[in-house]
Amino acid sequence: MLSIRGLRYAVEDAGGGREILGGIDLDVERGRLVVITGPNGGGKTTLAKAVMGLIEPASGSIKFNGTELIGLSVTERARLGISYGFQHPPRFKGLQVTELLSIAAGRKLTPNECCAYLVKVGLCTEDYIDREIDASLSGGELKRIEIATILARNSSLMIFDEPEAGIDLWSFSKLTQTFEAIHKRSDSTIIIISHQERIIRLADEVVLVAGGRVTQTGAAGDILPHIGDVAVDCAIKEALV
Amino acid sequence: MSKLSALEMNLLRQIADLHKIPEGAYNIRENGQLGGRNSTENIEISTKTDKPGIDIRIKPGTKNESVHIPVIITKTGYSELVYNDFYVGEDSDVIIIAGCGIHNSGCDTAQHDGVHTFYVGKNARIKYVEKHYGEGEGTGERIMNPSTVVYLEEGARVEMDTSQIRGVDSTRRSTKIYAKAGGEVLVLEKLLTHGRQTAVSDMEIMLEGDGSRARVISRSVAQDESEQTFYPKVTGGAECFAHVQCDSIIMGRAKVSSIPAINARHVSAQLVHEAAIGKIAGDQLLKLMTLGLTEKEAEERILAGFLK
Ligand SMILES: Nc1ncnc2c1ncn2[C@@H]1O[C@H](COP(=O)(O)OP(=O)(O)OP(=O)(O)O)[C@@H](O)[C@H]1O
Ligand SMILES: [Mg+2]
Repeated sequence: MLSIRGLRYAVEDAGGGREILGGIDLDVERGRLVVITGPNGGGKTTLAKAVMGLIEPASGSIKFNGTELIGLSVTERARLGISYGFQHPPRFKGLQVTELLSIAAGRKLTPNECCAYLVKVGLCTEDYIDREIDASLSGGELKRIEIATILARNSSLMIFDEPEAGIDLWSFSKLTQTFEAIHKRSDSTIIIISHQERIIRLADEVVLVAGGRVTQTGAAGDILPHIGDVAVDCAIKEALV
Repeated sequence: MSKLSALEMNLLRQIADLHKIPEGAYNIRENGQLGGRNSTENIEISTKTDKPGIDIRIKPGTKNESVHIPVIITKTGYSELVYNDFYVGEDSDVIIIAGCGIHNSGCDTAQHDGVHTFYVGKNARIKYVEKHYGEGEGTGERIMNPSTVVYLEEGARVEMDTSQIRGVDSTRRSTKIYAKAGGEVLVLEKLLTHGRQTAVSDMEIMLEGDGSRARVISRSVAQDESEQTFYPKVTGGAECFAHVQCDSIIMGRAKVSSIPAINARHVSAQLVHEAAIGKIAGDQLLKLMTLGLTEKEAEERILAGFLK
């Protein structure tokens, strides 16, 4: 369903160009739950953004069900069935939770339907459906509403970027159940970027991204014991020796 | 009101959400003429004798009643200056819906300048809603210059809700509010300008009595080559609290200036001002696009929410 080849991305900085993705190859089959993990700054978010069209890679190919995505707009990719839950979701002055969920679903949702999505991310709903997505929401609340928008969108490829970040233990456990349930009951493909062992354990396949490359792929049981082997940031490494 | 044309009815709908003759007291002004009036037992509307305009007298203790005073202009080249005075009796609680709609299909300027003065008695509460709306295929300018003065007696409260969304070429708004002890001021101002429109809002709030409070929220969107200037000014002359928040979204080649002033004349005056101008945040647009909206649709949703 998703096939990435030779994906490169670089940014300009003080010393000239800096490579962020150094030729990523990755295949994800339909209906799989894949967890991407790896050290901070490894390029996971950049990879997800490239799939959604939020950044434009320097070269490479991203095929979605055989369609080349490079050159398509964010909107076109969304309409093809790709969704992405931001690592750091934006806030909107004046937009209510119900409205955002309705935009995501592509139709006006009833309060009950909104509640159903919010419950799946552990939000007690009555209090939230009329709330504005502004600075008054806590970080964890905002993050869970973001995840709910992806659930409401119900697309064939859902990418979640660190859905666990800032979320309390109770909601986290609700969230893992939700991921398991979607995985079991639908043929949606799920990619979760995560640092959490409990989420990594849900994966059919774990992909390790470090230094802008896929360094390892395999089952959770094979990857988890070797997490410590990943090349960490050189400054940290020097400090360790 | 049966003699109103479809055009006039549409203007009324835009500015006052009126679909039929309003309940309660009302006064409709059409091209400077009286288009309809109703006084009630508690609210008396009378024509001024010394200058154009009306007096609205609200008896003390009047509760849950409303006054509609829409103004519509459909004649190109028509200009007017109108004075409306409101005497709001003690302990009353009323909603006043004003608004001006101009349909200018000609090539001459159509202009409405309204001076509204409110004398709000002790412990009385008013909500004042004002909508400005312009339309018409003509090249003639549509101009509105509202001037509002509010005197709050002890414990009185005014909630002022004004909006001008598109259609008015030039506006110069002046608002002055004086609050005595325990007076409460709430202002919500919404403005969207486009094309080559210009808007200036001059606001002065004087908190003169202990325990008086003011909260001002101004939200504006400036598109194309339009220009907006805000001068919110609060003076605290007693133990009081004021919070002024001005938020503008700037687009195209528009220009926005926000020039706040807070003046404390008392050691226990607590005055806060926040102002921000910026374009629509890129990640907001992108987020809505990841949900399937086009960039244009995303922009419209964000602006609609912001000005809601
Ligand atoms: N626009 C940019 N300008 C400069 N550097 C960037 C830019 N975008 C990303 N980077 C850098 O690229 C690297 C990869 O970033 P990315 O956000 O993809 O990491 P990540 O794997 O998602 O990390 P984390 O686990 O912390 O979320 C980081 O070193 C980051 O600082
Ligand atoms: Mg990241």
